[in-house]
Amino acid sequence: MVEAIQSPHPADRVRVQVEAFDIGAEHARIAALDQGIGAITSFTGLMRDHNSGDAVNAMTLEHYPGMTESALVEIVTLARSRWALQAVTVVHRVGRLLPGDAIVLVLAASAHRGEAFSACEFIMDYLKTQAPFWKKEETPAGNRWVEARSSDDDAAARWGSAGTFARDARHDGLSEGAD
Amino acid sequence: MPTLLYFARLRETFGVEHEALPLPSPATVASLLDALRARGGAWAAELAPGRAFRVAVNQRIASADTPIAATDEVAIFPPVTGG
Repeated sequence: MVEAIQSPHPADRVRVQVEAFDIGAEHARIAALDQGIGAITSFTGLMRDHNSGDAVNAMTLEHYPGMTESALVEIVTLARSRWALQAVTVVHRVGRLLPGDAIVLVLAASAHRGEAFSACEFIMDYLKTQAPFWKKEETPAGNRWVEARSSDDDAAARWGSAGTFARDARHDGLSEGAD
Repeated sequence: MPTLLYFARLRETFGVEHEALPLPSPATVASLLDALRARGGAWAAELAPGRAFRVAVNQRIASADTPIAATDEVAIFPPVTGG
C-alpha cells in the first residue's frame, strides 16, 4: 500500500501545479517568515524555444501524482540535513507550456548566502534526476519525449551519496545481477 | 493483485496506462519484469536488461529484489526529465 506523503517542514512549500507561479509572492512569503534569514537564493527554470538543435513550439510535462510530491519533499529534507535552512520553496508546473513559460521555482533561505546557494543548486540537481516528471516536446518534425541526460546524473553525483534515496534511484535499468 | 502503472514514453509504447496483473507469490520486481517480458514485442524490447527504465513500488524507487505484495502499486517509467 502507498504510504502517506511525507509532510514538508512547516516553513516549506512544495507544490506541483498547472498554474503559473508568482516569484515575487513566493519570495515575499519566505522573507516575512523569520528575521534571522540573511539570504534567499532563487532558481527559475524556463522553457526554451529550442532543444538539441531543433525548434520547440511547446512542451507537456507529465508527472506521477503522489510520488512526485513525495520525491520533492524528500529532496528538500535531504537539503535540510546538509545545510541550515530557514525555509525552502519548490514549485513545479505540469501540463502544456509554451516557450518563455516558467517551469520550476526553487527558493532557499538561510542566515548566510553560502548555504542558500548550495541548497538551491543541490535541490535542482536532485530534482532533475530523482523527481518523476517527464517532458514531451512539440517540434516542427513532430512530438518527442525528452531523453534523460547523463550530464544531469553527473551534476547530481558531485554532491556524493546523500542517502539511500539517491543511491537507490540513480541506477538505470533493473537488469538482474551485474550491470 | 498488484496494480501496475506506466508513465510517459513507456505508457505510449505499451498502449496501457494501468492494469491489474496476477503474479505468482512470492513476487519481486524481477519476477514481475520476467512476466512482462514474456509478452514479447515492445514489452520484451523496452524492459530488456540494460535498457534504461525505473520501477517504483508504492511510490518508492525499487530494485530487482524488492518484493511485491497483492495490494502494492508498481510503476514503470523512463528516466525522469523534469526541471
